Amino acid sequence: MSDERRHLLQIEGQKTEELVQLLDVAETFFQISRRAVKKVPTLRGKTVINMFFEASTRTRTSFELAGKRLSADVINFSGSTSSTKKGETLRDTIATMEAMHPDVLVIRHGASGAPHHATNYTKAAVVNAGDGMHEHPTQALLDAFTIRQQKKTFEGLRIAICGDIAHSRVARSNAHLLTMLGAEVVMAGPGTLMPVELEALGVKVHNRVEPALEGADVAMMLRIQQERLGGALLPSTREYARQFGLNRERLALAKDDCTVMHPGPINRGVEINPDVADGDRSVILDQVEAGVAVRMAVLWQLCAEEPLP
Amino acid sequence: MGDRDVLVAPDAVAEGLERIAKEIIDREPDDEVFLVGIRRGGEPVAQHLARAIGRRTGRIVKVGLVDITLYRDDAATALPSPRIGPSHVPFAIERQRVVLVDDVLYTGRTIRAALDALLDFGRPRRIELCVIADRGGRELPIQPDYLVAKTDVDDGQRVEVTVSDERFQVVSTPKK
Repeated sequence: MSDERRHLLQIEGQKTEELVQLLDVAETFFQISRRAVKKVPTLRGKTVINMFFEASTRTRTSFELAGKRLSADVINFSGSTSSTKKGETLRDTIATMEAMHPDVLVIRHGASGAPHHATNYTKAAVVNAGDGMHEHPTQALLDAFTIRQQKKTFEGLRIAICGDIAHSRVARSNAHLLTMLGAEVVMAGPGTLMPVELEALGVKVHNRVEPALEGADVAMMLRIQQERLGGALLPSTREYARQFGLNRERLALAKDDCTVMHPGPINRGVEINPDVADGDRSVILDQVEAGVAVRMAVLWQLCAEEPLP
Repeated sequence: MGDRDVLVAPDAVAEGLERIAKEIIDREPDDEVFLVGIRRGGEPVAQHLARAIGRRTGRIVKVGLVDITLYRDDAATALPSPRIGPSHVPFAIERQRVVLVDDVLYTGRTIRAALDALLDFGRPRRIELCVIADRGGRELPIQPDYLVAKTDVDDGQRVEVTVSDERFQVVSTPKK
């Protein structure tokens, strides 16, 4: 977590072994959520503030539960019900929170780089919970955790990520993390929604989903963001589903044991058909479960006072 | 091994553990007892004791494990250890008799943490404590119910239990 040792702002540039270690720690936390008493006293006396300037259900709930299961005090702050509505700047909002001595700020913001900017105005550790089109590091970590549960290793895996790649912070964080861990990442989506810079990571990019799914061990579908439909970039929902949606026929191109993933929320019948989303290859709800464990591991590492050796 | 002194030799530890197995049974001969080892040092000791008790009673003694990392009173400031392992208590401890097992008893803080960890799995009828070596230096009011040996070392020494081939011995080495 580098200069930002005490923050988790992005996957890009992190050390592979530190991230693997984080996944290992998350294994232990994973068990805690399955016990009758789902709580350990580890972060007693620490304060975590969830600052969500953008809508979110699972990420916010997941961070909140992660903090609470570690006995931290967790406060939720949502952009739509706060002084941000009255015109307060991000800087002033962060400074206001800082005055209450939080230990961790979990920030989701529509602007890329907002969590990084926030680090200038707080002594708390900052976790990026999704910033604009930049990164969503904990999503990538929980995806990697889920893949490791399913496949044990990343070596030799072919992982297809399909959808609106250009606007997806999930795709970006995953492209970095999964290639670091040794998997082969291929991406597919409408040509208008494919960024060029990902090829530099060794990611192969396709304009059709079929060649990406061919022989895949994992098919990760991304949500098609409704707000982008109907414009110049994309035709209609139906058109998208027909060309790019994951259905049984397309899934048959992948390996027999191909794992189906989706970061949620899903648009049933658009990027993924209900029979596939609810099918036995789908681990969509396992991803949600993994999310709490991974975020517990992140909060714990950030609250430790000394860096790892 | 240079400056490593053997405080309690393997034979004496083995004899002590046999005596403890009998004491544990004698205290409540008719009721089932569960052993819970504290990771990582207590784990092989608990396994060994379970076999010793089993040989005497003819019943299989169940063994659980607790990892105390997350329950330490300095957990938030300690280094996150990639070696924290899961606690594993594969039986319901509710209303049961449990013997907590560790290798060395020192400040008592590990035991305090282990009690908290164990109580998150349920409410046992009674928890007893068994250790191989008690080196003194307690910082909390915690004492063992079953003990192989007290050791007499000064603060600069570290007391450890080493194990090979199910043979335990208590040694002291200089603290780094």
